[in-house]
Amino acid sequence: MITLDHAYVLLGLMFLAFSILTLRDPEHPTRVRSAVFWALVAASMLFGSWLGGLGNGVLVLALVVVGGLKALGVGRPSTTTLEQRRDSAARRRNSLFIPALIVPLAAVGGTLAAKHTGAGQWLISSTQTTLIALGLGCLLSLFIAMAWLRPPVMAPVQEGRRLMDSIGWAALLPQMLASLGAVFLAADVGGVVGELVTQAVPLTSPLLAVAAYCLGMALFTVIMGNAFAAFPVMTAAIGLPFVVGQFGGNPAIVCAIGMLAGFCGTLMTPMAANFNVVPANLLELPDREAPFNGVIRAQMPTAVIILGVNIALMYFLAFRF
Amino acid sequence: MLVLLGIAVVVVGFVARINPLLVILVAAIVTGVTAALEPGVEVRELVQAAVATLAAFGEAFNDNRYFHITWLILPVIGLLERAGLQERARTLIAQVRAATAGRLLLSYLVVRQATSALGLTSLGGHPQMVRPLVAPMAEGAAEVQAGGNLPDRVRFRIRSMSAATDNIGLFFGEDIFIAIGSIVLMVGFLEQAGIIVEPLQLSVWAIPTAIAAFVVHGVRLLLFDREIRRGLAARDAETGR
Repeated sequence: MITLDHAYVLLGLMFLAFSILTLRDPEHPTRVRSAVFWALVAASMLFGSWLGGLGNGVLVLALVVVGGLKALGVGRPSTTTLEQRRDSAARRRNSLFIPALIVPLAAVGGTLAAKHTGAGQWLISSTQTTLIALGLGCLLSLFIAMAWLRPPVMAPVQEGRRLMDSIGWAALLPQMLASLGAVFLAADVGGVVGELVTQAVPLTSPLLAVAAYCLGMALFTVIMGNAFAAFPVMTAAIGLPFVVGQFGGNPAIVCAIGMLAGFCGTLMTPMAANFNVVPANLLELPDREAPFNGVIRAQMPTAVIILGVNIALMYFLAFRF
Repeated sequence: MLVLLGIAVVVVGFVARINPLLVILVAAIVTGVTAALEPGVEVRELVQAAVATLAAFGEAFNDNRYFHITWLILPVIGLLERAGLQERARTLIAQVRAATAGRLLLSYLVVRQATSALGLTSLGGHPQMVRPLVAPMAEGAAEVQAGGNLPDRVRFRIRSMSAATDNIGLFFGEDIFIAIGSIVLMVGFLEQAGIIVEPLQLSVWAIPTAIAAFVVHGVRLLLFDREIRRGLAARDAETGR
């Protein structure tokens, strides 16, 4: 059966290849540091489960020292020229979309197959099925693209390294924030925040309680970069005791809309790296280093309006149904 | 109270624009150490607390490696870009006469939100869809409008809006699907609090916000074409055309 561990081995080999090619690229602006950085990520993928908690902690420390103290550069491995690309696009036309579409289709198809067919259950592990299917889709698509396009053998690694470099340290941010969330949970940061909020804001009317809950969800999500981290904290502090307990709101409505208020926070924060920083890097926006880059600014009006809509919806729906 | 220093470190680190990886690790250690802080505690015990926190952080780090699986697509996308994928996406959309950047993104919003609501969240995404296809198509449509190259300001604004549209479609679609992570989290959380709700009850109440998000962002996208036209007119005025 294919499990996440197999995907980690594949990822480890990919990052190792990025590292080696970076080391052998004399024109890379931060050749050695970038090579070490990706080698450490490869080590985490290949050997993470044998390193133990402290071993992994030291690994993270090393990653932060190599990639967090000074900026990492972006490698520019040789690739095709614009003319070659236009020429290839004119010749190959819409077939070019096929390998790109295989990946999401394989992810969806694999997930469905693993749930509903015997062969699928035998092939793909039932935990994190979609991610495993996504990995398989990438591999399948890579083989097809290689057989069809016949580029130099190292081209996929070189092109992958170019894209990975443009994402840079942001690739690690979601994982780091999730780990910070685990530390916060162990230290009961959530409980303390809850006490503070309830002491500071007089939640004397349903509207105040709803507004405090929704704004608290958005604000804490902005800090943590993830509505999943904010939800248990804010719901235990304000949502359940006040909106539901004191004023009689419907818990399903309160939670469903509260989570979506948190998503509005996700749209506004650079901490949500995989949604807001990674695309800015991938799309090579000139302001990608700014705290509020173009992606966040484009989202801001929608996020603010929807946050207001969520407060209104919760106020008008939760006490009625 | 003191454990909140960890949050303060995150906020200050962000305001001071220090690298977030560094800030997060420091915030974690500060949180672990302040949690162990009490009257009469010895320095040695605080050092132990710091080491224990680093170990807890490392363990969580290892448990959360699955975030990286998405990057497996990068070699494929790079390979296809090398063969002209972005260029083809542009040409294709330029052939559709009625296409404008705003209308194209509006159709993408419909597809992204609808497929997310059916649980097909992996159909979109920034490395898979936005960079290779959606952004080049939106730029291509605007290039037809402009009759040539786009000014940088307009080009990057279109790219930003493409990424924003993917996020908004995903966020306000996925919660309608009953088996998504956030719904599972809510059901589990309420169960611990002694409240039993069905996933369907939660997902139904995500629909009003989903409709509102579609209307708000959809209107913004239709107005977006006007913004692009203004951007082009400003460029033409500058160059004296």
